[in-house]
Amino acid sequence: MFDYESYLRKDKLPLIWCAGCGDGIVLKAMLRAIHKIGLEKDEICMVSGIGCSSRLTGYVDFNTLHTTHGRAITFATGIKMAKPELHVIVVTGDGDATAIGGNHYIHAARRNIDLTVILFNNSIYGMTGGQVSPTTPKGKRASTAPYGNFENNFNISGLAQAAGASFVARSTVYHATQLEKIIEKAILKKGFSLVEVITQCPTMYGRRNREGTAVDMMQWQKENSIPVSRAASMSEAELEGKIITGILVDAEKPECRAEYQKIIDRFTATTETVEK
Amino acid sequence: MSEKDSTNRVQVLSGNEACAMGALAADMRFYAGYPITPSSEIAEVLSLELPKTGGVFIQMEDEIASMGAIIGASLAGSKSMTATSGPGFSLMQENIGYASMAEVPCVIVNVMRGGPSTGLPTMPAQADVMQARWGTHGDHPIIAIAPYSVGETFDLTIRAFNLAEKFRTPVILLMDEILGHVNEKVVFPRSEEIQVVKRNRPGVAPQNYLPYANTESGVPPMVSFGEGYRYHVTGLAHDETGFPTNKAQDIERLLLRLNNKLERNRDQIIDYATDQFEDAEIGILSYGSSARSARHAVFLARQKGIKAGLFRLKTIWPFAGQEIADHTARLKAWVVPEMNLGQIAHEVEWAVGRSVPVHRINRVDGNPINPLEILAKIEEIC
Repeated sequence: MFDYESYLRKDKLPLIWCAGCGDGIVLKAMLRAIHKIGLEKDEICMVSGIGCSSRLTGYVDFNTLHTTHGRAITFATGIKMAKPELHVIVVTGDGDATAIGGNHYIHAARRNIDLTVILFNNSIYGMTGGQVSPTTPKGKRASTAPYGNFENNFNISGLAQAAGASFVARSTVYHATQLEKIIEKAILKKGFSLVEVITQCPTMYGRRNREGTAVDMMQWQKENSIPVSRAASMSEAELEGKIITGILVDAEKPECRAEYQKIIDRFTATTETVEK
Repeated sequence: MSEKDSTNRVQVLSGNEACAMGALAADMRFYAGYPITPSSEIAEVLSLELPKTGGVFIQMEDEIASMGAIIGASLAGSKSMTATSGPGFSLMQENIGYASMAEVPCVIVNVMRGGPSTGLPTMPAQADVMQARWGTHGDHPIIAIAPYSVGETFDLTIRAFNLAEKFRTPVILLMDEILGHVNEKVVFPRSEEIQVVKRNRPGVAPQNYLPYANTESGVPPMVSFGEGYRYHVTGLAHDETGFPTNKAQDIERLLLRLNNKLERNRDQIIDYATDQFEDAEIGILSYGSSARSARHAVFLARQKGIKAGLFRLKTIWPFAGQEIADHTARLKAWVVPEMNLGQIAHEVEWAVGRSVPVHRINRVDGNPINPLEILAKIEEIC
């Protein structure tokens, strides 16, 4: 059995997450992926914002940074630009990354900076008590949408893709083994990588919307997921309300920090020539 | 500054250029910023110069992101800074508080312009003095310093980095539009004359490292990410290990240490200059560009036989209240010219109590204070 404990700060357990929360499944998939790649703990810098999922950084034995709401990607950008040898992984949620932090999210994707963003999408603000988020489906209830959400919701993966990310993938906590493989590819990808994980919040979202238990919500994930290969031959109407899973974008594009290094190298090269 | 030594040590340049050059001399190697008048030349110079040093320049999507990026870069081991003006400074406030709470050294330059709101983008003011002190929420420590000439901008920019590193805190360099854009002669110090403070690293093994230890000086040693010391940084109230805590005793200890670390070391932080103050009866207290007018007013008053003297603040926060009180004994009055509605005058009143009157000279119309306005006030109260 895989030794999760070697990556955890055991004295910080138990986790703050509710019973039935999907966040722990993402945590474990992430640790398995990191172990499989064989990264040293010192090489990893994990950065998070504010929210349930962002509390993850307190539990893992890496260089960890728990930042302000919505701004994790900006801190991560500073770290990556200053010390490119670090593997910088951002842990964030749907509200953190696409509401208050939406601007940073699209600009990091545009720069194609080498960050791995693991975005926990539970369609709700869990920590603050179940308020409506940019990914709450239309019509669903939240503590600030008591008559049902009247707004349209974001396609988070589509947003990263349109903004220029070199790797975009979606999975669910039901598909934990697929999720692990996707995270592994995302970390290894040189460039901005987004992994959108559909996860359940039975406490703040499930109860209010009569979605049943955590198991029922994961069953829903299973039944409504369509692999990207199959989705290609389906109509828009058939895909309505479905979760398209798998790797959506895997492109070779110039990476931001590497491009900047070329500018630095111009001067280093000049100096060497002069010395010769 | 080897480049400076081999070329001309005497140059004519603007305050914004001097600020950028001071930052490079202080070994700043990471700049993140967003364009805003009247500070943009700082970013322009650094975008040109930083890659030559192996350092990084990045233009972020806004000032919030710029502040986040410089905190991240500082934690990764680079001395870092950003530069902005009023509206951008407002946007940075939440993350300035984070840097204060998480004790991440960094420098924030605010080339002040008229406010509130969009205000006067191309005209000077000194209206962000209180924002520099209390702009972010919560009781927090902060250092703010203010140069008054182009040459001093170079020196105080280096000092800003040294104070940030020494006390693990954000330092705000308060300039203004006049200082940013005025061109003056600068005599650069020789490289061996420039003192650069290095980060105080822990002398213990990783397993014994407490990133927020209650040290005697109040300033815990700091190590960069990726050097084998895996620790946690958060804006939440935390204990000595850096992890969040809800224990009243730990929270109070953190907050008191944070706030006391600057107060305890105020003698090392507070800096001011006096001019013709020895026999002065009228004290002119000023800072930044207003102090340039104040200095000339003292000269004009002396020509008329009035014993006026200048007390110029170089450190704004922590406030030199005690030093001002100590300089009050022989005075008939203080005069405080500043380009705001009395933000520092109010502090001077607190410092001297009712011992002498404190006269204000305030301008908020986008124009600098004329030395003749100050002279008129001096003559009026004599």
